Amino acid sequence: MSAYLIRRILQAALILLGVSFITFTLLYLVPADPARQIAGRSATAQTVENIREQLGLNLPFYEQYWRYLTNLLQGDFGRSYLQKSEVGELIAARLPASLLLMVSAIFTELVFGVLIGVVAAIKRDSWLDKVLMVLSFVGVSAPQFVVGILLLYVFAVQLQWFPIGGYGTFAHLVLPSLTLGVLGAGWYSRMMRSSLIDVLTQDYIRTAKAKGMPSVRVIFRHALPNAFLPIIAMIGIDIGFFMSGIVVVESVFGWPGIGQLAWQAIQRIDIPIIMGVTLVSACAIVLGNLVADLVAPFVDPRIKLK
Amino acid sequence: MSVLSQLSTRPLALFGLTIVLITFIFALFAPWLTPYAPDAQMFDGLTLEGAPLSPNGQFWLGTDLLGRDLFSRLVYGAQTSLIIGIVANGVAVSVGAVVGIVAGFFRGWIGTILMRFTDLMMAFPALLLAIVLAAIFKPSLWIVALVIAMVNWVQVARVIYAQTVSLAERDFIVAERSIGASSTRILFHHILPHMVPTLLVWSTLGIATTVLLEATLSYLGIGVQPPIPSWGNIIFENQTYFTSAPWLVFIPGAAIVLLALGFNLVGDALRDILDPTLKGKS
Repeated sequence: MSAYLIRRILQAALILLGVSFITFTLLYLVPADPARQIAGRSATAQTVENIREQLGLNLPFYEQYWRYLTNLLQGDFGRSYLQKSEVGELIAARLPASLLLMVSAIFTELVFGVLIGVVAAIKRDSWLDKVLMVLSFVGVSAPQFVVGILLLYVFAVQLQWFPIGGYGTFAHLVLPSLTLGVLGAGWYSRMMRSSLIDVLTQDYIRTAKAKGMPSVRVIFRHALPNAFLPIIAMIGIDIGFFMSGIVVVESVFGWPGIGQLAWQAIQRIDIPIIMGVTLVSACAIVLGNLVADLVAPFVDPRIKLK
Repeated sequence: MSVLSQLSTRPLALFGLTIVLITFIFALFAPWLTPYAPDAQMFDGLTLEGAPLSPNGQFWLGTDLLGRDLFSRLVYGAQTSLIIGIVANGVAVSVGAVVGIVAGFFRGWIGTILMRFTDLMMAFPALLLAIVLAAIFKPSLWIVALVIAMVNWVQVARVIYAQTVSLAERDFIVAERSIGASSTRILFHHILPHMVPTLLVWSTLGIATTVLLEATLSYLGIGVQPPIPSWGNIIFENQTYFTSAPWLVFIPGAAIVLLALGFNLVGDALRDILDPTLKGKS
């Protein structure tokens, strides 16, 4: 177990090292000149050259990467070209809002996904099952910005049940969480349905039924806990989708998280911020997968650590 | 029973196929189906106050913020979605297939390097990576397609790798090897044909993912650039009017959902038909 743990953590660290290398290479390739951007339009050639010297932009590629990496390890993500502040601080200030949104979205997609999946599996092949499965297909086919604008239009503009955007109260959280949750609910409901159908054909379920156990009890006591296992493994992988989703959803709803930060940085080609958010997201994804892998064997003893 | 006739017995798959076919017809015959050029700013295309017109007899779906005919832009937008969907996904599936088969068949150091690189790419959030790439290269239609391909091949590589590894250990491959068949022969006569169903399914399902990613990139303003119409950038351009002229946002939005739904429905049915391990599960 501990050997596996150590190997897995080392692997994660290696992947993050690779991520930092690719991120830096991309940063290096971007045609925009950071020194010119920081100096502004009216700066003299000498000023630009000084800034370039200061940032180490004249150094060879590998030396620049080494500086970037050693800075990163000390928690220094570099400075924003345009906001004149530390990228690390900007991200840290906005991370709590994104985490709140993510937790709430995971909750939303689990509630809807599991509920729809269970109903569809129990009522398998009925019209209800068919309608629910078509809906789940629509859910995975709808781009998040369209879902977001639609919810905004119906529930904030027309019905005025929720604020049109912003941050602060529970009401602000509802629409962005729903928007992020729709996609996941679509996937989870389909997975939950096939997983539960699979479990319901197992011998131990037939035994439980043969004993005369009421079918509600069979489903809740024996089938659901087992059918739920593949879902748990998926939550870790889900973090990747959320990291992409928050860029869109936070900008639609004006949610002050790292997604909105990244979006604003895209508009102004503020590369250090885009890179910082990419790195933080990659860390979250690697961590999410690591935790999912480590937790899986405890939840489901049939999975063995390899 | 052939795949096509099996598809035709499934109502949902037929529905999906119909959507895809209609979109293809729109894209192919756009010049004949549209009353106006997609980038023509109409003299009578805006109200006196300069706002977009609502749907009427002259402009079937109304006009956009610059007084252009929304219906014409929408039909030409189908070209953008399909070109990017097919090209980007075609490249992604090909690259993923080559990486997965090579890594799974030859294993060794080359397999390790390829799969570790694949793991590395999995750690990037797809949209953010696409955004960074789009910021480096100036976005044009083909660049957007390539950017999406560079992000989307990873999933295919993982699936094909896992299948190749398990296939390479099967008895008939071992037998083939023991009678002296070359690696090339095994690859092209045995491994590749077995991958066809999976590749076919991914070629369909992947287009849905690609259509959504293109729309999202264009909505964020870093995908296909106006005046070339794309359903994503139509929404991007007109979203300031979404309270007063909601159709400018929701009609292209519905087009995106329908096309992605169409490819998803067909792909899902194909998977059911082609993958014998799923028989009876859905």
